[in-house]
Amino acid sequence: MSRKKKLTVIALHALLTVLAILWLVPVFWLVLSSFRAEKGAYTSYLWPKGFTLANYQRLFTDTTLFNFPRWFLNTLFVACCCCVITTILTLMVAYVYSRLRFPSRKALMNVSLVLGMFPGFMSMIAIYHFLKAIGLDQTLLALILVYSGGAALNYYIAKGFFDTIPKALDEAATLDGATKHIIFWKIILPNSKPIVANTAINAFIAPWVDFIFVSVIMKDNYNNYTVAKGLYTMVDKANIFEYYTAFCAGAVLISIPIVLLFIRLQEFYVGGVTAGASKG
Amino acid sequence: MIFKRQPWLQAFRNSKHPLTWLSVLVMGSGCVRFRQFGKGFLYLLSELAFFRFFFGFGWKYLSHFGTLGENTQLKVWNEELQIYQRVPGDNSMLILLFSVLTIAATILFVYLWVLNLKSAGELCLLDAQSKHIPSFREDLKSLLDSRFHTTLLAAPMISLVAFTVLPIVFMVLIAFTNFDSAHQPPGELFTWTGLTNVTDIFLGNQTKTHTFFGIFGWTIVWAILATFTNYILGMGLAILINHKLVRMKKMWRTLFVISIAIPQFVSLLLISRALEPMGAVNIALMKLGLISAPLPFLTDKTLARICVVVINMWIGIPYTMLTFSGVLMNIPADLYESAELDGAGPFRRFTSITLPYMIFVTAPATITTFVGNINNFNVIYLLTGGGPFALDYYQAGKTDLLVTWLYKLTVDQHDYALASTIGIFIFMIVSTLSITVYNRTSAVKKEDMFQ
Repeated sequence: MSRKKKLTVIALHALLTVLAILWLVPVFWLVLSSFRAEKGAYTSYLWPKGFTLANYQRLFTDTTLFNFPRWFLNTLFVACCCCVITTILTLMVAYVYSRLRFPSRKALMNVSLVLGMFPGFMSMIAIYHFLKAIGLDQTLLALILVYSGGAALNYYIAKGFFDTIPKALDEAATLDGATKHIIFWKIILPNSKPIVANTAINAFIAPWVDFIFVSVIMKDNYNNYTVAKGLYTMVDKANIFEYYTAFCAGAVLISIPIVLLFIRLQEFYVGGVTAGASKG
Repeated sequence: MIFKRQPWLQAFRNSKHPLTWLSVLVMGSGCVRFRQFGKGFLYLLSELAFFRFFFGFGWKYLSHFGTLGENTQLKVWNEELQIYQRVPGDNSMLILLFSVLTIAATILFVYLWVLNLKSAGELCLLDAQSKHIPSFREDLKSLLDSRFHTTLLAAPMISLVAFTVLPIVFMVLIAFTNFDSAHQPPGELFTWTGLTNVTDIFLGNQTKTHTFFGIFGWTIVWAILATFTNYILGMGLAILINHKLVRMKKMWRTLFVISIAIPQFVSLLLISRALEPMGAVNIALMKLGLISAPLPFLTDKTLARICVVVINMWIGIPYTMLTFSGVLMNIPADLYESAELDGAGPFRRFTSITLPYMIFVTAPATITTFVGNINNFNVIYLLTGGGPFALDYYQAGKTDLLVTWLYKLTVDQHDYALASTIGIFIFMIVSTLSITVYNRTSAVKKEDMFQ
């Protein structure tokens, strides 16, 4: 290896290390605060004076004001339902636009595209009153309906993926007498595992990180909060001093599964996004 | 009329059979004539259901649609109990909401009614040509094959109409009313005010016009800055990680991906705490002796704007990096080989192959990102809350985007009418932009290319 090459290698890795540190500092800070023994949102020093597990214990034992275990189960329930419903709906729509040809197809695709651009919480107030009128406000079912209601709009990436599956496969199956119903289940879906996984994981993550829709739908019904809304309440002005470190602990707890999913997902993500981008 | 040329309509008009003609009034009777009992029964059922809904529920609200209610809620002194009692009045919001619902149901009913005439006419045609008349079972079967799109789209479209289309129609109508904090149902009524809100924003009301154009300008500047910093630096990072001399590419990617996986409301809140006057960043800078007094990161207009752009880079670059990594790995290797044979150096290869390829492939994704940034709620709302608060603005701050202003107007101020007007405006910019671009990119035109 020449001297110049060696220098390049060292420079490249040094640069990457600096950047990686920049990106990981807030993460590290979060983890550090979650183990901090002293209370409060601010400390006049950077390294905690004492470490403790009490913040984590508190989340699960001190349930009078903030019922973290219950929120956790709520979110898990909503996330599982959304995951199933959204995945099925999205894939159905993507398949229709990718494979079936019918008169209003192009128009529907454009309309879906445009509808997806409407600022979501503008319609939220209307949705809230609609749900209230049919007696579903402040329930978990309402949350599931709202999260998976827009599934027909997120067909873009999955459609891009379906477009790359050779049509010859469909034609061969049609010759063998398969209906389109069978082609969808037996040919397209088994060939699209990455995109199924991608769609499912994204749908699963959404309820864990949203705090806006929950705020509007649940109002002050603490028992039906999800983790994100609950944690968000912990750091409002009245509670932040007392609960800041517990908030950090809760945030670490919900981040761990998402980090693991994302690390597994990144290959799919790389493939999925570019399939959507380059292959229409 | 396009209908006139339809053969089924001809057949329907020429038909002499009373049952076919009866289907104008009693839906499904045209099907019953040809022994399609299942289909006919479903038509009849939908007709009955609609009339029950319309006269039992919908009309009550639709009849007040023109005024949105006349009777204000009253407080009446009750002598017996010695208290004021509320006499419920009309609720403008429910009137509007259920009117929209009823109109939607009526449109659906008219559609079904035409469909019913169409089946009746088509059956006459089939009969005249003495072709086979499909049984109910055969009709159902076609839903799994030749009409499979109907089956698959039914559930997604119903949810789309219920949770997206109808609420949007409702909110668009709100923009033409005076539904604000002074007109809150059920206590007060609100009513139609025509284009007042639009003229208020664009020409009339001094503060609102000033606020709107101020925020609109910043939204555009923000979207451009946020998109291009992420685009260029994300591309740089991807190229860096995929450099052939870099070891353990996957590990580096993972390190950056971890920051994506932390929910934004957590990481952004944390960063916003760290940037406060006595937050971690100021303390660290003061300990290092770089500054003597805390910097007003989020309270000074210019500094706050720089901060949101920089922190958005922290949020966005890992995503762009992932996208570009995928693209980089997909560039056909033979392009490079032939370029090398032609004597192109590394720089030439980058400018003539890598760069054009990446820009071409990511064009649609970039537009999506741009639109996403116009509506980038999380970064602004969680970081600065739109602040620093501006006295010359109407309920907004100097880093507010149109979308965060809209949110504040809705949730904090209950000024729904103004918020809806802004929402419609955002929607018009964004949809024009994306429809034009999507239909022009080669990606859509060549959708059959890989099949």
